[in-house]
Amino acid sequence: MLKDAGMMALASLALAMPLVGFQTVDRGAGIVLDTRFGAMFYAVAVIFVGRLLLLLIEAGHASLIQAATVALSAAWLINVAFHLYPITWPALGWLTWIVASVLAIRAWIVQRRATRPAAGYTDGVEKLGALVARIGPYLGGIAVAFAFTMPFMPFADQRMVDLGILVLTYIMLGWGLNVVVGLAGLLDLGYVAFYAVGAYSYAILSIHFDLNFWQTLPLAGAMAALFGVLLGFPVLRLRGDYLAIVTLGFGEMIRLILLNWDDLTNGPKGIGSIPRPSFFGMQFTAAPREGVTAFHEFFNLDFAPIHRIIHLYYIILFLALLTNWFTLRIRKMPIGRAWEALREDETACRALGINPTNTKLTAFAIGAMFGGFAGSFFATRQGFISPESFNFIESAIILAIVVLGGMGSQIGVVVASILLIGGPEWFRDLEAYRMLAFGGLMVAIMIWRPQGLLSHREPTIKLGPSPGARSA
Amino acid sequence: MEYFIQQFINGVTLGAIFGLIAIGYTMVYGILGMVNFAHGDIFMIGGFISIITFMILGVLGVTWLPFSLLCMLLIAMAFTGLHGWAVERIGYRALRNSNRLAPLISAIGVSIFLQNYVQLLQGARNKPLSPIIFGGIELMTSSTGFTVTFAYMQMVIIGVATVLMAGFSVLIARTALGRQQRACEQDMKMARLLGVDVDRTIALTFIMGAALAAVAGLIWLLRYGIIDFYVGFLVGIKAFTAAVIGGIGSLPGAMLGGLLIGLIEVFWSAYFSVEYKDVAAFAILVLVLIFRPTGLLGKPDIEKV
Repeated sequence: MLKDAGMMALASLALAMPLVGFQTVDRGAGIVLDTRFGAMFYAVAVIFVGRLLLLLIEAGHASLIQAATVALSAAWLINVAFHLYPITWPALGWLTWIVASVLAIRAWIVQRRATRPAAGYTDGVEKLGALVARIGPYLGGIAVAFAFTMPFMPFADQRMVDLGILVLTYIMLGWGLNVVVGLAGLLDLGYVAFYAVGAYSYAILSIHFDLNFWQTLPLAGAMAALFGVLLGFPVLRLRGDYLAIVTLGFGEMIRLILLNWDDLTNGPKGIGSIPRPSFFGMQFTAAPREGVTAFHEFFNLDFAPIHRIIHLYYIILFLALLTNWFTLRIRKMPIGRAWEALREDETACRALGINPTNTKLTAFAIGAMFGGFAGSFFATRQGFISPESFNFIESAIILAIVVLGGMGSQIGVVVASILLIGGPEWFRDLEAYRMLAFGGLMVAIMIWRPQGLLSHREPTIKLGPSPGARSA
Repeated sequence: MEYFIQQFINGVTLGAIFGLIAIGYTMVYGILGMVNFAHGDIFMIGGFISIITFMILGVLGVTWLPFSLLCMLLIAMAFTGLHGWAVERIGYRALRNSNRLAPLISAIGVSIFLQNYVQLLQGARNKPLSPIIFGGIELMTSSTGFTVTFAYMQMVIIGVATVLMAGFSVLIARTALGRQQRACEQDMKMARLLGVDVDRTIALTFIMGAALAAVAGLIWLLRYGIIDFYVGFLVGIKAFTAAVIGGIGSLPGAMLGGLLIGLIEVFWSAYFSVEYKDVAAFAILVLVLIFRPTGLLGKPDIEKV
């Protein structure tokens, strides 16, 4: 037992030695070397003790260790939440917290397995997925009701509504990508390209042709869908992982073209002063132009900047719900069924007369269209866009939302967006670790549940009530 | 003509870097059938370990260049190989029999994790290294006064890469380990039945791929004198393109593909436009995958039902 833990500690020491133990510090134009042996040894010690405790748990000392680790992780969380104790090395604290939490969960699983041998832990999550799928409509209703009333709740200040807009944007992107990844089973690593096409189409059309938001939105969506078809047509016969890499290549190509095509996109400087959407022609400004009614004048309100933000909030809520409604409806149509069938077994689909290329192409185009809508919204909300906003990391975040939520699960996307986008915005201290945690979570979820957290797969359609009835 | 020859030398140098990384992609793909998306970041870690080793050697007072270069090479290979092993053990082993997309998503997660891990630990700014190998041989001078220089640095790079690739080919073709690897590539289940330790073979494949990527990282550092936490993304994709062009799964293909990508990139920048050189690399990737997914030297992949 000691030997096992020792080997693990030795391996982690060797891993931590170059990158944790030594630090290159920027000084002037050059760099100098600094050491962090304290942090390195602490990290290795945590891993050693953690491994030892894990082995002890397996050997039957679960309850005591569970109590200790639960207490430790809770104490750390309380400390972070209320700033009780000054923290000098937050990264090491979080490492300890992660190790303690993993141990606590492990101990719980071991104890559960001892009392109820038949019910594994995965089984429990499976049940949760099934439960969510069953109560989905009610849960969705409550969520929608909350989303509609949120801006008027007492706690909803400007920051809160802004955060709501951000989360809803990602929910919409996640739902759009879910059509491609979750339903049709095509791994698209360049989804942000369509987001970019939508945003730039919106910016260019609205500035040069003086169209308003609701006129430009369908055009931008159509443009993105067109790009989806153009990009998708040659590549969709490729196998899953090749397709993923090709879409990644397209995503980067679009970004690089936006970066270098100065005449159209203004290059790295980006496009600014993109028109804001108006409410039936009414503007959200304190002093509107001659002949234009301002929103607050029409409704006899005092001018407040939050009106504009609440308006944006409802626009994105509407767009997101449109995406969701569309997806839910199309799942029940032949094309939606064909997507899911194609995801499960392409060869069988081909044998049954489904044209895989056309079917995939529709999924790609529809996903791209929603990406384009979200892009338009992003452009109008920010008022400024540049190629910076559309890099691969953005694609990876959207993919992470879909994957973590459970591919194909609409509610999963909502939960994942709130956790991944809302969480770090709320806990500003964790901002630096956000992408680190993203990566780690993607790996952990894939290993633990390759189909995603809240994914519960059940045939969408069944033949006959039971085998007995069919034979009659 | 002189300009062409100079660009050719530069292209071969760059191609050596891509070729070394492409070997890692192609070996893993050959055995596991997965795209090891994090391999570019392993290359980046190799570069970081090299620069840290160089600075430690500087602190210790080692000044004899050949010795310190050898130290950097060996230490970077060893520690980066360890990172490759850890990535396989933590990120991929559990997913070996999973569906096709799960390992790829996990690999993307590993890639994001490694980038941010290095960014947090070593800072987001570029790490510069002043040139340590100077001079070169002047091969010829044109009438307009343009001199073709074959820098000692480029000689070292091409020499090291050639030696490593040759040694590696021998390793795969002649040794027991190479035989086991080829056996796993052809039929993993059968190899296991015949007593090949599949887990160990795959782990060693990752270690070797990472060690070669570490050499590429060291070379990159020497050649360009700069490294940052994000460099692995673009270089990794170009090396993957190289592996695909050569025919993924084929070792000579990876080296050939690396050479081609290096030459294409350098000539494209020299004669067309520097701004669009990355677009050219991606366009080649897309075109090859669409029109010849098996690459130049690859075998067609027949899907069995």
